[in-house]
Amino acid sequence: MCVAVPGKIVSIDEFDMAVVDFGGTTREVSLAMVEDPATGEYVIVHAGFALHKVNSEEALETIELMRQALDDSNF
Amino acid sequence: MTRTFDPADAQLQTQTLLEKIQSYTGPPISVMEVCGTHTVAVARMGLRPLLPQGVKLISGPGCPVCVTPVETFDKAIYLVEKGVILATYGDAMRVPGTRTTLADARANGGRVEPVYSALDAVKLAKANPDDQVVFLGLGFETTSPTAAHAIMVAGRENLENFSVLCAHKALLPAMEALVADPQMEIGAFLCPGHATMVIGSDVYKPFCEAHRLPCVVTGFEAQDVLLGLLWILRQAKEGRAEVENAYPRAVDAQGNVGAMKMLATVFRPADARFRGIGVLPGGGYELKEEFAHFDAETRFLAGVEVESREPAGCMCAEVLRGRIEPSQCPLFAKTCTAENPVGACMVSSEGACGAHYRYRGV
Ligand code: SF4
Repeated sequence: MCVAVPGKIVSIDEFDMAVVDFGGTTREVSLAMVEDPATGEYVIVHAGFALHKVNSEEALETIELMRQALDDSNF
Repeated sequence: MTRTFDPADAQLQTQTLLEKIQSYTGPPISVMEVCGTHTVAVARMGLRPLLPQGVKLISGPGCPVCVTPVETFDKAIYLVEKGVILATYGDAMRVPGTRTTLADARANGGRVEPVYSALDAVKLAKANPDDQVVFLGLGFETTSPTAAHAIMVAGRENLENFSVLCAHKALLPAMEALVADPQMEIGAFLCPGHATMVIGSDVYKPFCEAHRLPCVVTGFEAQDVLLGLLWILRQAKEGRAEVENAYPRAVDAQGNVGAMKMLATVFRPADARFRGIGVLPGGGYELKEEFAHFDAETRFLAGVEVESREPAGCMCAEVLRGRIEPSQCPLFAKTCTAENPVGACMVSSEGACGAHYRYRGV
């Protein structure tokens, strides 16, 4: 059930429904559970609802965590 | 040695993380991956046989379809036989009730509609004003707010032919029950990324402190799972028990406050039956009085008794508690296969038996 890939908001209608693009496949998604969504932003979607907006800071944080883990010594 | 870091090089990342995990020298530890999607990721990577000595991964109860008890499916099938249109997630349609499945009920002329989202069920109700549409809602906090939202939408539109058969579950009480099981020795939890995206990672703090168990939240890519496991092993080695978030691109400490508000507007905590685990105090959600007219239970099921018998020989109960590996079930890969599943844990793509079966050669 959990799709990990964030999708990009392509368009939003007046009912808070959006078309979200997952690498070429589009889905109709409700934006009722994210604050101030805008087209072009990335969201994580579960069972037809966007549940989280991914901002670029968070994405960078993940890269940084990974970098640290990889640079860490073995046990 | 420092290697050049390329965030796109997934293969190098997984390999390096695995090497680090394999160099673990701390005390033996059993780590439960709570979430079904983690179980799938672990099985797909073929990670179990690669783990260092003393480190064990146990599959937990985080597959929504699997923990939904037979009773719920019997009720749903009963409703179909009474003529309602039953809408639910595709996976749920193939789970055996006592006598049949929703998919079979459909093949026999019953009206069962697979939906992608709870809102699709509301749409069905709008499109079929002369019929009753019941949405079988299941899953943990990742899906329960979406059911709450659907009910609020149906309320705003005064839809009288929409209701919910609520089988939604609460994650933390399930984790508490597993820790309380004297037969289990769980040393740490790999916490589910998407449920935590909603409830927030702070929720685990009191749990983590009370039981002194490392809780690391992570995502679903191979690297995410390996990073989460590595962090757990670091905690174990250093004798720490903390909540750590290895999935900051999706999860923060507070979670999705709006979604939790929606959940609390429509539902309240209630005791709930989990397949294999039994009734857990506060283990699920039920509709509040104000929303009783959207409750399929009060509207159509008052006084109705269903048979509720588990398939003969199926050991889902033991699998869901993490007490046995799927391959230890005598039916595994014999009478019970992904093509012809006997129990719920084989039906769902996220079920432990299904994941072990599909990737058993890996
Ligand atoms: S292998 Fe099949 S019968 Fe055995 S526990 Fe799993 S689902 Fe049940």
